[in-house]
Amino acid sequence: MLSMTPKELKERTALRINPCKTCQPVGAIYCALGVHKCMPHSHGSQGCVSFHRMFLTRHFKDPAIASTSSFTEGASVFGGRTNIETAVKNVFDIYDPDIIAVHTTCLSETIGDDINSFIQDMTIPEGKLVVHTNTPSYVGSHINGFYNMMCGFIKYLSRKTGKSNGKIAIFPGFVNPGDMREMKRIASLLKAPFIMFPDTSGVMDAPMTGHYEMYPKGGTKIEEIAALGDCEKVIALGEITSEEPAALLEKQCKVPYELLPLPIGISATDEFVTALSKFSKCEVPYELEEERGQLIDIMLDAHQYYYKKSVAIYGDPDTVLGITSLVLEMGMIPKYVITGTPKEDFTRKAEELFARYSVEGCKAKASADLFELHQWIKNEKVDLLIGGTHGKTIARAEDIPLVRAGFPIIDRYVHSYMPIVGYKGAMRLVEMISNALMDRMDRDCADEDLEIVM
Amino acid sequence: MQGAKILDERKDFIMFKDSCCGDGKINCEKESVSGAVSQRACVYCGARVVLNPITDAFHIVHGPIGCASYTWDIRGSLSSGSELYRNSFSTDLREEDIIFGGAKKLAAAIDEIVEKNSPKLIFVYATCIVGVIGDDVEAVCRKAEEKYKIRVIPVKAPGFSGTKSLGYKLACDAIMELILPHKDIPKTGGINIIGDFNLAGEMWIIKNYLNAIGLNTVSTITGDANYESLIKAPSAGLNIVQCAGSSVYLAKRMEEEMGIPFIKVSFFGIEDTTNSILRIAHAIGDENAIKRAEEFTKERSARAKEFISKYKPKLEGKKAAIYVGGGFKAISLIRQFNEMGIKTVMVGTQTGKKDEYEIIAKIVEKDTVVLDDANPSELEAFMKEKGADILVGGVKERPLAYKLGIAFCDHNHERKHALAGYEGVENFTKEVNLSLNSPVWGYVKG
Repeated sequence: MLSMTPKELKERTALRINPCKTCQPVGAIYCALGVHKCMPHSHGSQGCVSFHRMFLTRHFKDPAIASTSSFTEGASVFGGRTNIETAVKNVFDIYDPDIIAVHTTCLSETIGDDINSFIQDMTIPEGKLVVHTNTPSYVGSHINGFYNMMCGFIKYLSRKTGKSNGKIAIFPGFVNPGDMREMKRIASLLKAPFIMFPDTSGVMDAPMTGHYEMYPKGGTKIEEIAALGDCEKVIALGEITSEEPAALLEKQCKVPYELLPLPIGISATDEFVTALSKFSKCEVPYELEEERGQLIDIMLDAHQYYYKKSVAIYGDPDTVLGITSLVLEMGMIPKYVITGTPKEDFTRKAEELFARYSVEGCKAKASADLFELHQWIKNEKVDLLIGGTHGKTIARAEDIPLVRAGFPIIDRYVHSYMPIVGYKGAMRLVEMISNALMDRMDRDCADEDLEIVM
Repeated sequence: MQGAKILDERKDFIMFKDSCCGDGKINCEKESVSGAVSQRACVYCGARVVLNPITDAFHIVHGPIGCASYTWDIRGSLSSGSELYRNSFSTDLREEDIIFGGAKKLAAAIDEIVEKNSPKLIFVYATCIVGVIGDDVEAVCRKAEEKYKIRVIPVKAPGFSGTKSLGYKLACDAIMELILPHKDIPKTGGINIIGDFNLAGEMWIIKNYLNAIGLNTVSTITGDANYESLIKAPSAGLNIVQCAGSSVYLAKRMEEEMGIPFIKVSFFGIEDTTNSILRIAHAIGDENAIKRAEEFTKERSARAKEFISKYKPKLEGKKAAIYVGGGFKAISLIRQFNEMGIKTVMVGTQTGKKDEYEIIAKIVEKDTVVLDDANPSELEAFMKEKGADILVGGVKERPLAYKLGIAFCDHNHERKHALAGYEGVENFTKEVNLSLNSPVWGYVKG
């Protein structure tokens, strides 16, 4: 498997091999699915939406809906105005969402469709809404698509009435529904009244009921998005993913924001907890203190099995930075950390983390791909891989254990229900990491060295 | 219209056998309606899935990253040789490429591949945007062919230019472009297996059958194919076409331009597998092969029937819904369910052809719903209305079925085992039984 990957590194300028990112629209759809009774709509060819739904379904193992303008040859020459008008009418007629969230594709961007004016001109049924964002697939990655869609919702819907609702807004970043649930649990424990936006919990992890709900119970409500403008403050989680929407809301509605890393690991979770507790003026409850203590207890118990082990981490920028922070707290060496998303901030932040923990010889790169990561590993091996499914070929080729965390994970189940954020999420990561390394010891050791007690 | 809310534009795409509404004819082979939550893919996807199993080719996706990411190693096609095709190559076009053109980047990408490897064959897929920005992909490929003396074949497959079927056709044209220069090689009388993609090793099963009745396989298109075996394809005496939807066009071109006759076959279910093996032997016309085919199919179908009979008590009387890509596969599945004592109550395809829908209408029972390019609402409504116990479909249908409390079997890229041939009959029966009779259904409320 992948025996063709050569050890010798050579700078590539044109060829992308084994990407560690995908295009904007899928991020926009994931964001829109986190809005209650929302139909994500792709303004482009019919194939795009089919790919996105497949991609999301493979990760979440749940239905992912989205409609399409279904461009034809004619539309790609004369523009997609008629297509989107027909589409919006049909979607409201048959699927009856409360809101349609339109995003563009490389095609509709390039032919220059002006979605804003299309929306202004179309007939929208009473009480229904259509919002849009631009997601040119040739800029950024699915992470840009996710926050661009957030900006689209905010632009159209969030308003300042002048009367504060006393709430804090939480932007969760590009994370699983399981993570969003954990963030909400922590906010509730700290008695902070909040609006989470977007919120895919209860949508992409909806329970089995014997009925198919096109719009499951979860998701941020439209009036909550409107009310973002009356929030006291925003906690924007994921410094790369959540800054733009937070800055937009500040500009538009004068809501100040605090930008924090994703709460992965002890210190990042501490920051999240502190920010919430400062806002709600609620002392950190014993329940959370206890979880934090348990996490550190676990990290002490098992530290000799992962201390100084080297690890390669790949995936979405904020997730990778979060996991990097956790493994540094565990005393591991994050030898290689990469993201496919082209954000140079990522590299800088990763290097800051390396410096903070005084680790040397670690490499961080944005706009990288898994082929390059594989080449680095061929030159200097690591003990562990952490990332999504697509690293499994490297894991097999180099015989390195793989801990699955991040997006997409299309070859395992349950992951999207379980958090990697918060103290509980960190416990889960520590368990997965130490299990992977210890299973490996059990597998590799000589018969006489097999330990019952470890 | 019962139960489901159906768009007026969609009504012609649905029919009910022998019932009061509908005129027994179906509208198909059209683009999806704007606003549909279609289960369908695009032209590019069609071309990509047909060519992707060619194992030692570099498949370069020329466009923004998404089209490459979504099709990276997703087919489950197996290889007995190179694993090259399981990597993802693309030009990852960025904003500046859209403004200034991407042709240079494509040429550079080809250079970067050739510098590091010694490829024999490169396919370049041009996606939606490439035509719009006006890259001359053909010129880039032609120049690279001349420069490196290798085959660099463009597949111009903008997603908006039609349906997935058009993509199949473009893929077939690309294969023709590859093999045509070799069309005068001497005939050997062997067989090309066309339209099988070696999902879960199914191509190997078919190859073994041909072997068992003394027939030789020349080339497999495209499951487990490679450059050297593909260019031998013109030497065959017969083409057998398994996935008619994607590949009958290729067989027709090979018949017209190379004089190789073809027959359509299907290796799904006992009846179709047996018939296919016998028809192949007769088409070759070799007495010995016919005799061996008769013996072989007699023995194997008896074994398979015996296998099914063990499961029949658990399956009989259940109702199946089918939603697959092509019409030909749907036909086989209806027959296969019949063999298992399961009645098909709903059948739909993404890209079925008129003649296939006519056959479907003939072999299903009264009141069966037949639909083209269905959306989740329609699938849900008809499965509920007809009381389906199991759905056979692809990735997007699986969670839908589960949410409805309906069992599921993937007959597409995510199939867990080989479903072709007599081995496939056993696997399919086991999987259908496993999903229908899982204890988990006992805990479903409602």
